Amino acid sequence: MSIEIKNISYTYMPKTAFEHQALKNVSFTIKEGEVTAIAGHTGSGKSTIVQHLNGLLHPSEGQVLVDGTDLNKKGSEAIKARQLVGMVFQYPEHQLFEETVEKDVGFGPRNLGVSEEETEKRVKEALDFVDIDYETYKDVSPFQLSGGQKRRVAIAGVLALKPKYLVLDEPTAGLDPRGREELLSRVWGLHKRKKATLIFVSHKMEDVARIADRLIVMNHGELMLDAPPKEAFLEEEILKNAGLTVPATVRLLTELKERGFAVDPAAFTMEEAARRIAKAVKERRRGTC
Amino acid sequence: MLTDITIGQYFPGQSFLHRMDPRMKIGLLFMWIVAIFVFDSQVSYGIFTASAILLALCSRVPILTLAKSIKPLWMILVFTLLIHMCGTPGEVWFHIFVFDFTREGFIQGFHICLRLALLIFLSSLLTFTTSPLELTDAMESLLSPFKCIGLPAHELAMMMSIALRFVPTLIEETDKIMKAQQSRGVNFESGNVLKRLSNLVPILVPLFISAFRRADELAMAMEARCYRGGEGRTRMKELKIRTLDYGACAGTVLLIAVLVVLKVEGI
Repeated sequence: MSIEIKNISYTYMPKTAFEHQALKNVSFTIKEGEVTAIAGHTGSGKSTIVQHLNGLLHPSEGQVLVDGTDLNKKGSEAIKARQLVGMVFQYPEHQLFEETVEKDVGFGPRNLGVSEEETEKRVKEALDFVDIDYETYKDVSPFQLSGGQKRRVAIAGVLALKPKYLVLDEPTAGLDPRGREELLSRVWGLHKRKKATLIFVSHKMEDVARIADRLIVMNHGELMLDAPPKEAFLEEEILKNAGLTVPATVRLLTELKERGFAVDPAAFTMEEAARRIAKAVKERRRGTC
Repeated sequence: MLTDITIGQYFPGQSFLHRMDPRMKIGLLFMWIVAIFVFDSQVSYGIFTASAILLALCSRVPILTLAKSIKPLWMILVFTLLIHMCGTPGEVWFHIFVFDFTREGFIQGFHICLRLALLIFLSSLLTFTTSPLELTDAMESLLSPFKCIGLPAHELAMMMSIALRFVPTLIEETDKIMKAQQSRGVNFESGNVLKRLSNLVPILVPLFISAFRRADELAMAMEARCYRGGEGRTRMKELKIRTLDYGACAGTVLLIAVLVVLKVEGI
């Protein structure tokens, strides 16, 4: 089971003075259980592409198949297929509106006609997952929460829909380093524990390196690169053209390698990079002695 | 979806209509409107229609886009025509139920419709060739003589340009919120009236919150940059009446002179 994107193109405001082609013949397939990162600078078409994944936008050309169903089809089958894909927008806290946290998180399941008991169960689960205490916060207005809490409640609102595929559009934008860290580990846990398929948009290469199995790089509406992060980060030229930076650790190690140290630059955490540098330094000493 | 709407009808271009001073454009439009009401012979209507079409061609705005501006009005036009046709006594063309449709009525109705259509057409030509910002600048400049009687011209223009500036932003925001709620299973396309109305709540509440937040932020940013109203403010783009504008003015005066002569001669 998978999401297949087949040769899609998308044009905003066709046939007006403001016509703009946001996607040009993009294809890729997302397999179940994968963590995919989509990166690119502003206006590269990454947000447009994720909106195709649950049928919010329909391609001007091409097809999007979720578990084999074309999202552009009319009828209940396509609606069901769309519901398989959960979508967390940029700044999801801007969509909160209910009087209480419980009602807001339960909004989605209730819309889908899930029974009251099941909804309550899902709300508890979802809030538990994003580390918001159900009993303490269920009757609190979402507007009284802090920024980070609001975001987590909003994400819980999507998790309560029990999507098979979860799409997150820059989930960590605007959070402080700790909030970012917490959110990432929560999302990563979702993948680890529940084998959820994740697709997330980010231009923080450090985040990508930490949790993605695969990196898709977009530039000017075209797919530039589709590879595991380890390989992708070595394609410095493509990344630079797409307006992205290689993680600091990779940059450091690449430079050391160019100066003659025997290191493999594909290290994405500080500890890993430090270990490799230490090893290379030791080897070099051994060589010179 | 929503983002496909163009607000204001401004159609960017480089024609002489685009380059004219907006104040002159508004002034001349006013003169044309008065002229259309004053000179109502068949010949003068012919001249008006011809020159309106000529102007439209000069503006390089696609004729189809321009024609769409009359679309919301066509019900009124048809209604006017029908009322005139059965309300005016004269030679009966045909008869439906108790209504007599007359030839004289048709001619009179056609006149009125043409007049209305011309008014709308010319006014939309103004909004098609003038950006909303230019329009508010022109408004400020035209209203400034009334400052001495206490009319806050600058503040009005500032409010208008802020409002116009935020229309696209709010549309984008609405679009985003709608999509987010759709992703949470709201269906905006079906259901009865009550259901649809209640579906507005998840859009309106976040939208209002974000509008207030934006207003707050904007006010703060303006204060941080020492904004304190219009007194002593200069602007980056000064409005200036140039040869082009005098030319257009002369053209209009000439046109009106011809029409006056025609009227006096009784043609």
